Amino acid sequence: MTDLSKLTIADARDAMRKGNFTAVELTEQYLGAIEAADVLNAFSTNTPDIARAQAAAADMRIAKGDAPDMCGIPLGIKDLFCTKGVQTQAASHILDGFKPEYESTITSQLFDAGAVMLGKLNMDEFAMGSSNETSFYGPVTSPWRRGNEETKLTPGGSSGGSASAVSADLCLGATGTDTGGSIRQPAAFTGIVGVKPTYGRCSRWGVVAFASSLDQAGPMVKTVRDSAIMLEAMAGHDAKDSTSADLAVPNFEAALTGDIRGKKIGIPKEYRLDGMPDEIETLWQEGAEKLRDAGAEIVDISLPHTKYALPAYYVIAPAEASSNLSRYDGVKYGHRAKLNAGEGITEMYERTRAEGFGDEVQRRVMIGAYVLSAGFYDAYYIRAQKVRTLIKQDFEQVFAEGIDQILTPATPSAAFGLGEMANADPIKMYLNDVFTVTVNLAGLPGVSVPAGLDASGLPLGLQLIGQPWNEADMLNTAFALEQASGFAAKPARWW
Amino acid sequence: MTNLAYTEPKAKVIAGAKEDWELVIGLEVHAQIASKAKLFSGASTQFGAEPNSNVAFVDAAMPGMLPVVNEFCVEQAIRTGLGLKAKINLMSRFDRKNYFYPDLPQGYQISQLYHPIVGEGEILVDMEPGVARKVRVERIHIEQDAGKSVHDMDPEMSFVDLNRTGVGLMEIVSFPDIRGPEEAAEYVRKIRQIVRYLGTCDGNMQEGSMRADVNVSVCRPGDYERFRESGDFKHLGTRCEIKNMNSMRFIQQAIDVEARRQIAILEDGGSIDQETRLYDNVKGETRPMRSKEEAHDYRYFPCPDLLPLEIEQSWVDKIAASLPELPDEKKARFVKNFGMTEYDASVLTADVANAEYFEAVAKGRDGKQAANWVINELFGRLKKEDHGIEDSPISANQLGGIIDLIAKGDISGKIGKELFEIVWTEGGDPAEIVEARGMKQVTDFGAIEAAMDKIMADNPAQVEKAKANPKLAGWFVGQIMKATGGKANPKAVNETVRKKLG
Repeated sequence: MTDLSKLTIADARDAMRKGNFTAVELTEQYLGAIEAADVLNAFSTNTPDIARAQAAAADMRIAKGDAPDMCGIPLGIKDLFCTKGVQTQAASHILDGFKPEYESTITSQLFDAGAVMLGKLNMDEFAMGSSNETSFYGPVTSPWRRGNEETKLTPGGSSGGSASAVSADLCLGATGTDTGGSIRQPAAFTGIVGVKPTYGRCSRWGVVAFASSLDQAGPMVKTVRDSAIMLEAMAGHDAKDSTSADLAVPNFEAALTGDIRGKKIGIPKEYRLDGMPDEIETLWQEGAEKLRDAGAEIVDISLPHTKYALPAYYVIAPAEASSNLSRYDGVKYGHRAKLNAGEGITEMYERTRAEGFGDEVQRRVMIGAYVLSAGFYDAYYIRAQKVRTLIKQDFEQVFAEGIDQILTPATPSAAFGLGEMANADPIKMYLNDVFTVTVNLAGLPGVSVPAGLDASGLPLGLQLIGQPWNEADMLNTAFALEQASGFAAKPARWW
Repeated sequence: MTNLAYTEPKAKVIAGAKEDWELVIGLEVHAQIASKAKLFSGASTQFGAEPNSNVAFVDAAMPGMLPVVNEFCVEQAIRTGLGLKAKINLMSRFDRKNYFYPDLPQGYQISQLYHPIVGEGEILVDMEPGVARKVRVERIHIEQDAGKSVHDMDPEMSFVDLNRTGVGLMEIVSFPDIRGPEEAAEYVRKIRQIVRYLGTCDGNMQEGSMRADVNVSVCRPGDYERFRESGDFKHLGTRCEIKNMNSMRFIQQAIDVEARRQIAILEDGGSIDQETRLYDNVKGETRPMRSKEEAHDYRYFPCPDLLPLEIEQSWVDKIAASLPELPDEKKARFVKNFGMTEYDASVLTADVANAEYFEAVAKGRDGKQAANWVINELFGRLKKEDHGIEDSPISANQLGGIIDLIAKGDISGKIGKELFEIVWTEGGDPAEIVEARGMKQVTDFGAIEAAMDKIMADNPAQVEKAKANPKLAGWFVGQIMKATGGKANPKAVNETVRKKLG
């Protein structure tokens, strides 16, 4: 009997088509695994009834012989995606009990393709965080441990539940969202593959907004092939999202030839940070060598405005967030503070939002309101937008010079312990995004590929940045890197 | 078509306790775009629907919902811009105006602050025949309307109706070119007239389809001219904005009251605070809308959910080619082609439906006659019955038929008015009615002579008197008219009487 917990999406697809097992069997296996992994706190809501019904329907389609690739594949859905009739809270107290009357475009597409929803996945509140510690549901724990230590580690964030669940084999794949690195950083921390597509590739309709000009959903899975399969099902034009691109979605899986001969891979010198652990530096160099060995040309490049990316990001993202989160006011849905006699609408707003939002969300809402306020708008927001343009031009320049992809570390360190950053300056936490935010600011596709382990046995990832709309070629290079790295480590089960 | 010549009116002068003052006024007119669907959602804009029945998920600001701009609304804004001879910006952009209010579910209004779709234009505000003010339009932008908060249904709770939330508005912003309360009211009237001609807004002020925010300041005579020369606002007084005015009458009253308030403060040695005020038409005063602490910082920034609005010149050209003849041109043409007075032309062109009705009546007929009948008889009667032209029981064809019968001499003007009454109340073809009811006037000289002969024979004393004093001939005219049931052609009767009495 196949060990159903160790499958990839591609394996499961092929095996179900062959009739080796059913979607219902597969789903039961994962529902059980989720139940046994409560301690990880990866899922915020379990939806076994929906999962069983979807799996049964998937089995009928598979039996008919024309099932799409994602048919019968058990998934976890990040709590940021609105799922009809299913609690959707963005891991925030302020959306207490909110059940949307609508289904996000991406989950609709996945479900139409036959995918199975096991439940909703924990995350940082409103996707604001890099460690999953800002969640109202409590932090997610990574299945990974440092050597023999029992210290609870972060799976990263904000898609920490997605990363933990995929890494711990609680699902075959998960949806994530990435505003500054929220797919790629947790993927790197947990030894899985995470793709942030080109801005506009996946619809944002029905995804709770954090920073609209940066948010992009993508798959979090075990292999590059799985990412290609799942991305294809998630992507596509949506007339309901004005920023969605009206472009055909290529067959990403078909692009995975592993042949990267003649490809030019850029190594940006600005991503070599002071104080970066040697392990990261080594991983990066080795990654480049592997790509060279596979026939690619390694080119030193410069992205001169990189150092301004993080500050610009932490102006633009909070600015948009402060406005996007204004709708959570206690008037229409979710949490509403109890008022005392004689108190009015102002008190209701103030108390509802003070009670409903966690510290990090409040911090970013205040930063955002500040940078947009009269007298500061030009100095912060406008300036940050100018920086954003320059960063975009940096990339355009190197792509114009023939660079196919850019290779960088995914994160400046391996996963850290939950609570270890609790008393640190918030900016230290923001540094987690230092290698990933440029991609969001420039609207480019990026993928995090597991590439090795650090000395304590924790996974480390490398990031490939692709040309706009050329996820196919980027994933093929990621595929080559994955093959060359031969990363096969799994967390030892302790839960 | 060239416009009529005009001169600009003098600025209104208000005598304060110490000196004379002039007014400087600018208006922001919010005109609801005549569209069946809202600006960023597919929800209906129908007025008077059950509360919260015209609400899409976007309007209710459900999490993850996104706006998609309604192209029809954009087209109406372009159309309006072209109607105001304004520059159309091929690239415009939507911005978010952030503030908290229960009837603003998103916590921001999507508007266009930095890059409006329409740039500078102009509006000729008619004051009286030959007198008009050219008011420059600074911009028109598209924005969402807010919903409605209801505070008087429950002693402790407020209710919110989101039906209007997200309805598309055009905000038409003028330069401070308006110089008196009457001009301000006429300015709004003219915008209303133009958008109704264009069909881009129904102009229904009672239903809130058109509202105005009025900016008022006062200055000393001469200061305004210095401002216009230099463009420097230091020559003008501090302005106050009176929000949400929905009638021409209240606009006029509010400006007058506000100007006098400002003058009194200034003459007392005080200064004006720039603020937003509301007009209370019951008390006849304006008062501040919110305290200084509550003053909003709207934190405008480009809406990241919407791409810049880029439009093709060819589309603009296509819309321009479809514009109807506008009021100024129509009025000038009526004066020129029909030889009517500017006043009559103004009346007839006030509303496009009126103008169309008139043109249908005037077609192939004497324009002045047609104008007289339409203005004096028809409009008078419609007004009396409180009907609009679309409810007129008499069609242009029927009225034309009456005028034709008079022109041919079949009936007199007096009978024509009777005929008008019959057609108004009973309907029918005027010529057939005249025929069937024997209303045709008698121009048969023989019949008239016979009647005269009989009257002369019956009243020999009157004949003698009339021969001595020709002024008494009128008695015979009256007698003949009486004898013929009023149908005798007056001209023929007069002639006959004069002849017979020698």
